[in-house]
Amino acid sequence: MDKRFSLQLLNNDWAGPALISLAAVVVISILQPSFLTPFNILVLLSAIAVNMVIALGQLVIVGIGQMNLALGSLGGLVGVCFVGAIEVLGVPTPVAMLMGLAIGVLAGMANGYIIARTGISAFIITLASLQIFKGINLGITKAQPFYGVPDIVKQFGNTAVVGPIPWLIVPMLIAALGLWYLFRRLRIGRYILAMGGNRQAAELSGIDTVGTDIWAHAISGLLAAAAGMMLVARLQIGQPTIGDDWLISSFAAPVIGGAALSGGHVSIAGTFFGVVIIAIITQALVLFSIDPFVVQIVLGALILWAVGINRFREWRFAKMVTAGA
Amino acid sequence: MSSAVTEQLTENASTGEPGRSRVLLSILLSNEFGLLALNVVAAAIFAAALPAFTSPFSLFTLSRQIGIDTMIGLAMMAVIVSGGLDLSVGAIGATSAMAFGFVAERLGLPLALAVPPALALGAMLGGINGTVIVRSGVHSFIITLASMSIFFGVMIYLTKAQAFNGLPVEVATFGRMKAFGPVSVLLIVTLVVCAGLMVLYGLTQLGREILAAGANPRAASLSGVPVGRTIILCHTLTGALAALAGLMLTARTGAAVPSMAGHLGQDWLLPAFLAPVLGGTLLTGGRISVIGTLLGATFVTIITSGLLLMRVSEFWVQAFLGFMLLAAVLIDRARHTILKARGMV
Repeated sequence: MDKRFSLQLLNNDWAGPALISLAAVVVISILQPSFLTPFNILVLLSAIAVNMVIALGQLVIVGIGQMNLALGSLGGLVGVCFVGAIEVLGVPTPVAMLMGLAIGVLAGMANGYIIARTGISAFIITLASLQIFKGINLGITKAQPFYGVPDIVKQFGNTAVVGPIPWLIVPMLIAALGLWYLFRRLRIGRYILAMGGNRQAAELSGIDTVGTDIWAHAISGLLAAAAGMMLVARLQIGQPTIGDDWLISSFAAPVIGGAALSGGHVSIAGTFFGVVIIAIITQALVLFSIDPFVVQIVLGALILWAVGINRFREWRFAKMVTAGA
Repeated sequence: MSSAVTEQLTENASTGEPGRSRVLLSILLSNEFGLLALNVVAAAIFAAALPAFTSPFSLFTLSRQIGIDTMIGLAMMAVIVSGGLDLSVGAIGATSAMAFGFVAERLGLPLALAVPPALALGAMLGGINGTVIVRSGVHSFIITLASMSIFFGVMIYLTKAQAFNGLPVEVATFGRMKAFGPVSVLLIVTLVVCAGLMVLYGLTQLGREILAAGANPRAASLSGVPVGRTIILCHTLTGALAALAGLMLTARTGAAVPSMAGHLGQDWLLPAFLAPVLGGTLLTGGRISVIGTLLGATFVTIITSGLLLMRVSEFWVQAFLGFMLLAAVLIDRARHTILKARGMV
């Protein structure tokens, strides 16, 4: 009984990151009481909301055993298209939002289609599309931001539903629950994980691999688009540089959350606590006025640490299973 | 010439006459030949359409850019051969260049003494990448993703994101130096490195081991190749070449700038993969082409300069380069299908 319980705990992706998040909150709030002011919590939750959607966009692709380098540049492209459509073309805000999501889905489908049909590695295809999306973004904006963000969008990105809970949490919850449902209950979610686990076996058992690839990348594109527009709402400006710094954190959070980078295994709750840990550390560095560049070093170290922990858990788990058998 | 073509040549030598057209076809279908033809056509078109394209100054900047882009491509090629990749090339290049700036400007050592530590630092950072990858058994993508963040973060932290602008004037002079008419000395440096790499991969035992380990690690390991050590060596070489590319960029600018490779060194990723992939280097490892990488970088440079001279916005040129990478991998795939259909691979 005892053994089974610890086995379950070891096999649980989110318990470790959740404990660390909790410990970090306790330690930092003792050292720096201003950490738990409502305003600070609002800022923290806003950052978590946006970064969670970004991380989920990568998580889907990690689940299928690939990587999406173009996530950030697609998010940035959608962000400027969203504001550009409103400011220059005079499109109503909801229509511009749907347009933005559509761009994300279509661009993702294009990625997925090319990867599935050619069998060329996702790395190289998304490296190419990263450059294409970024080039189009800069070609449209001439590297200058769009300032015409409507007030309703600004409010959405900077006000609270109730207490310190920002509105930005709403799209995050929709994305997280939607993805959880997809992986747990929908056929396409099972296909994605099956392909990530063993592509050849999945193909032999009759899974439509091309269709699944397209689906996964379309979802990833949708989430990138949502995150891009959420950042526009938060920054109150259509910055062409949105997405430039998503690469590292988009991989760090799923990996901290126990996702296997070879595919087939993802954890939404784990990813959430991965995002929380990153957000807390980033904010703590600001609170203790440490050089912001240290964030880069910490992020890199976190990835290595998480990879190490994941390897260790695999090894321990295998050992316990053989000992129990 | 790629090894596949060489094999074809030896095979056809024994089959005699009917093989000649196949040999010719496989040479014509080889990446290097196609690239050479593309280079000639593109250069001819731009030269005819834009008089400024062939001005001595334009030829000088072209040759300088070819030198730098080829070096970045070679840095990535050196690790792709092992079947891995290195996202941290830009971070290593920038870090090494900043180390050079520190030694030359802050410590005031002569330049000849500032270059070796910079190259050694690059090699060491690459070696660290390789060692962690081999020891942990984790894919190079995730390890170098982490290390690009760490290397770049430490470099920015130590330099406070400040450039070394007061380098000895010889650095900038070297970047402006010409040889054989309008050819930049930086291209000569690259050509020397190309020759060295061709000797390494083509003529030495070590080079053969690297290629064997990249093509099939298990088979190589069974036949006595120390695969782990070979992979660490590949990453070390990548680090050293990235450092050299960083130094060449420093010579071009006349200053060591922390943002020379963009945020986290990400700006190097496209040129780093574009040149080897255009040149026919196999991403799964085991097959490379030094000449192909040189021709690939040349093609990219010709197209980029031509488009810029035609007053196409720099930003749209960026998008165009993305399409070019896409086209390159798609054409490569098609070429393979054709060769396979004719039973030539």
